[in-house]
Order: sequence, then C-alpha cells, then structure tokens
Amino acid sequence: MSAAIKSLMARPWIWSFLGAGSVWLAAIAFTGGYGAGGMLTAALSLSVFTVIVGVGQMFVITLGPGNVDLSLPANIGLASAVAMKTMGGDDRWVAVGLAAALACGLAVGIANYLLIRALRIPPIIATLSASFIIQSIDISYGRGLQIKPPPGFADFTNIEIAGVPLLAILTLLFTVFASVALHRTIWGRSVLAIGQNIRAARLAGVKVEPVRFATYALCGALGGLAGALLAGYFRGANVDIGNEYLLASIAVVVIGGTSVSGGRANVPGVWGGALFLVLLLTMLNTFGVSAGVRLLATGLIIVAVITAAGGEKPAR
Amino acid sequence: MRRRLRATLPALSLALVLAAIAWLNPRAISYFGFTLMLNLAIPIVLATLAQMFVIAGNDLDLSIGAFVGFVCCVSATWLKDEAWLGALALIGCVAVYAALGALIYLRNLPSIVVTLGMSFVWQGLAILLLPKPGGAAPGWLRAVMGVKPPLIPFPIVAAALIAAIAYVGLMRTSYGAILRGCGGNAVAIERAGWSLLRAKMVLFALAGAFGVLSGMALVGITTSADANIGNGYTLLSIAGVILGGGEFVGGAVSPVGAVIGALTMAMAASPLLTFMHIPPDWQVAANGAILIIVLAARVLIGRKGPER
Repeated sequence: MSAAIKSLMARPWIWSFLGAGSVWLAAIAFTGGYGAGGMLTAALSLSVFTVIVGVGQMFVITLGPGNVDLSLPANIGLASAVAMKTMGGDDRWVAVGLAAALACGLAVGIANYLLIRALRIPPIIATLSASFIIQSIDISYGRGLQIKPPPGFADFTNIEIAGVPLLAILTLLFTVFASVALHRTIWGRSVLAIGQNIRAARLAGVKVEPVRFATYALCGALGGLAGALLAGYFRGANVDIGNEYLLASIAVVVIGGTSVSGGRANVPGVWGGALFLVLLLTMLNTFGVSAGVRLLATGLIIVAVITAAGGEKPAR
Repeated sequence: MRRRLRATLPALSLALVLAAIAWLNPRAISYFGFTLMLNLAIPIVLATLAQMFVIAGNDLDLSIGAFVGFVCCVSATWLKDEAWLGALALIGCVAVYAALGALIYLRNLPSIVVTLGMSFVWQGLAILLLPKPGGAAPGWLRAVMGVKPPLIPFPIVAAALIAAIAYVGLMRTSYGAILRGCGGNAVAIERAGWSLLRAKMVLFALAGAFGVLSGMALVGITTSADANIGNGYTLLSIAGVILGGGEFVGGAVSPVGAVIGALTMAMAASPLLTFMHIPPDWQVAANGAILIIVLAARVLIGRKGPER
C-alpha cells in the first residue's frame, strides 16, 4: 500500500492535482461547504477548453527549447468566428461548422510551421507574428456581426450528466487517446526523442521535419476545435474569446509537470494544471477580491508554482 | 560581403521605411514631421533596450509591456504627489527585476513562464494603483519630454544619445563583454571565475532600469496614465531587438541595431501605415508582416542558419 502511494507521489503530475484539491478545499472552507459540487461542475466545464489547447501546447513544448505556440489566442478567436458563421445559427450545419473550425486551425498550424521552416524564424517570433496577422483577419472577418451559435449546438456544449459535463467526459476520452499517442505511437515517441536531443534523434533516423510539421498542425487544429466549442459554450464568438489561453495553455503544461526544455511530457498533468488554474480563479472570485488583486494573485501563484517545481539542470 | 550586408540590414530597413514615407508624403520629412512621427519613439527605444539586455542572456521578457504600464501608473500618481515614495517604488521595481534574474538563474527556470506570470503581477498592481485611466505626469517629466532642440528633432537626439550610452556600456567595457558572454558561453565565463548569478542579476536590473525609464518617458509624453498603456510594448520590443540584428540565443545583440530597429518599428507601426491608407483593422497584421519580411530578408542574405 505504502509502495503504491510512494510510486503515485513520484509522478510529476500528482502535485497539480494536490494543488487543485487544496484550492478547492480552501474555497469551500470559505463558503462553509456551500456550493462544493457546483464549483466542481463549473471547474470541469471551464477546464475542458484549457485541456484541449493545453494538450496541443504540450506536444509543441515537448519538441524542445524555443518551441511554443503563441498564436493560440488569435487562432481560437478566428476559429470561433469561422465556426459560428458557417453554422449560421442553423443546427443542420453544426458538423460543417466544426469541420470548418478544425480546418481553419489546421491552416494556422501549417502556416506557423512554414514560417518556422521556410524562413527559419524562431518559433516564438514566427507564431507571434502569425498571431497578429490572424488577429487582423479575425477583426475584419467577424466585424459588426452578431455571431450566435445554433441553439442545438449551444445546448450540446452545456449538457451535464449527473453533474458531470458531457464535454468533460469527451475530453477525458480525447486525453486518453493523446496519452496513448504520446507514449505508444511512433509520432509521440519521435516528439519526445526530438525534445531530448534533436541531433541524436536525426542521426537515429527520426524524421524530424515531418514530426514537427504534424505537431504544429495538430496544435493549430486543437486551437480551432477549442474556438468552436468556446463559442458554443459562451453562446457567441468574439475576437477576444481566446485571450486568456495564451498564459493558461503554457501554464497548465508547466504546472502539470511537463518539462519546459522539452523531451518529457505527461497528459494527466494537463488536467491537473487546468483544474488548478480554474479552481484558483473560482476561489479568488469566492473571496470577492477585485480584478487587480485577482491578476496579482494569479501571477504570483504561477511564479511560485514554477519556482517550487524548478527547472532541471541541463544534462551536459 | 554578405556579412556586411547583414550588418547594415537594420539601417537599410529604416532607410526603406523613410523612403516610403518621403514618397507618400514629402512634407513629413521635416523638423515638425519627424517630431510628430517619432513622438512615441523614445519609450519604444528604451523598452527595446530593456528587452535587449534580457535577450543578451538568452532569456525573453514577456512582461515588459505590463511593466512599462505599471511604471506609467506609478509616475502619474506617487511620483507626482509624493516624489520620494515614487522614486522608492521605482528603485524597488529595479530590485524586483534583479531578484527575478537571480530566481531564474538559481532555479534554472524558463524565463518565458516566469515573465508571463510577472506580466499578470504588474498589470494587477497597475490596476490596483490606477483603476481608471487618469493621473498626471510630474511637470518636470513633461518639460524634459517637450524639449525642442535646434535643427534636429528631440526624439532623434535622444535616440542617438541612448544608443551611444548602451553601446559604450555593453560593447566597449570589459564587464559588458562578460554580460554578453553569459548568453554566448556561460560555462567559459564561469570557468574564468566570473559569477554568472551576478551577471544575470545585472542584466535583469538593467532591463528593469530601462523599463522604468521607458515608462517615465511614456507618461511624460502622454501626460496621463492607464494600466493598459504599455500592452503593445512587449511585441514592439522583441521585434525591435530582432530587427536590429539581435539573435535569440548566443548573446549576439547590438545596442545600436536595437535602437534603429525600434525607430523602424515606431515609424512603420503607424505613420507609414496611415500614409499608405491601410485601414486600422489591418495595421496589426501589417506589423506582423513587416516583421516576417525583414526576418525573411535576413535569412536570404545571411549565412545558413544553424541546424537545430
């Protein structure tokens, strides 16, 4: 029994769940146990979006130092507008709209990769410049239009089964697949190998560029999916809908115990990190603090968590 | 030949932007025109140099925009009403930056995540200090930023002066070489007996100090502050450093290039686009596109990039 606990404690993702749990306890201690279940349901609903983009970001970050996708917020914003416009408020077009959002995100991911590869721009700058272009496209594309989701789609994103949101269950299934993909497929293991040592990976015959291409494309597509779902959940698309996911997507990956210098990743931690972040905001809201204090506390806690987690010393 | 072309690329892009402006609106090329067009250039130049010091140590500061905004709020409130309190707070800011450098070095933390977290901290503090746009710049600050020297517009004089100071400090002193070496070959610097911790703290403290100057300059121009006033500066500063020929890794940065890069961004960011009648919707995209074009030009004429 104690051996089982020991091996559980050695998992890099356990801390994020412990953190999420203690934040939740602090919140319900404050309310005297009132709304404990509702808080969890709400946290699960909101975590879904962070988890979806977090998994994409995790694969990109695992590719190694310097790899990060800063275009996710703009990507989410554009995809939400594309999805809502394609659906046009009509339930029969939901599938087409979702496909359009996925395609839009995929195109963004591919464009990012082309900038990085063809122009040899560092990923940070490439995805950042891309995000400005995407943002402009979104502003001029979605301007002046009331973009509402079809009623059926909006209801679908809000379905709860015994207090558990349907989307959370689906996302859980998706993360199981992502975990299998990371640890058991050639692509997943290639991502890890590239992150550990790109030269060694190349010499060992890993097809580095196709793998990087697939990873950026996947991250883009997941951003697109999150955009469509967000627009359904919040009943409308807008340019700023993805703004908070820049920090959130990176933070959940790091809090979840994935190495920022690449080469080591785990999927459960993304869930733990997402629940921690969402519950943290819920807790601060319960305490009734002002916007300034909320920002301040979020920032300080993220810096504290990353400091406690620490970076590893380079192998060489 | 190619190397020289690469080194002159920052100046070349600035000349190109100037030529485009001269062609689109010849009247803009005048004392008055430059004073107007480069109105906001000084804070951008200072923020870019702040970013340059961080990049010289192979880090990246994603909080500089929020930090500049916070400094603006401090300058427009405390510094005006209780000068000593404001000065103390601003010195404290530099100390916080030095502490961040120490933290990042000692715990081997990714600077992107730490500074992303800090950007929330600065923004939160700014909102607490100044919940609504307002405040007023101290009179002396407005007077300094409103100086009208003869013949050459103030922003150009100031930019040249700042470039000269940063150039001498970082490129011409022996400790400047140590600072750059901290990003170039940290192991060698450490073996030679220099403290990497101290170098990192100095780099971050310099970044903090230039960030403070940037915020003060900005509030001196705009005369009132807003918690979100500096939000665009994070991108502008990174873009300026890279346009100026800096590299993300290896401590290869150029203070003069960074200043020219910042001036190019300041001119390209709005005067050029306005003269070209680009609608506001697309101005953000145009900034991104300019960045991509310059970087692409650098690859075309530059050496083969390192295999990564």
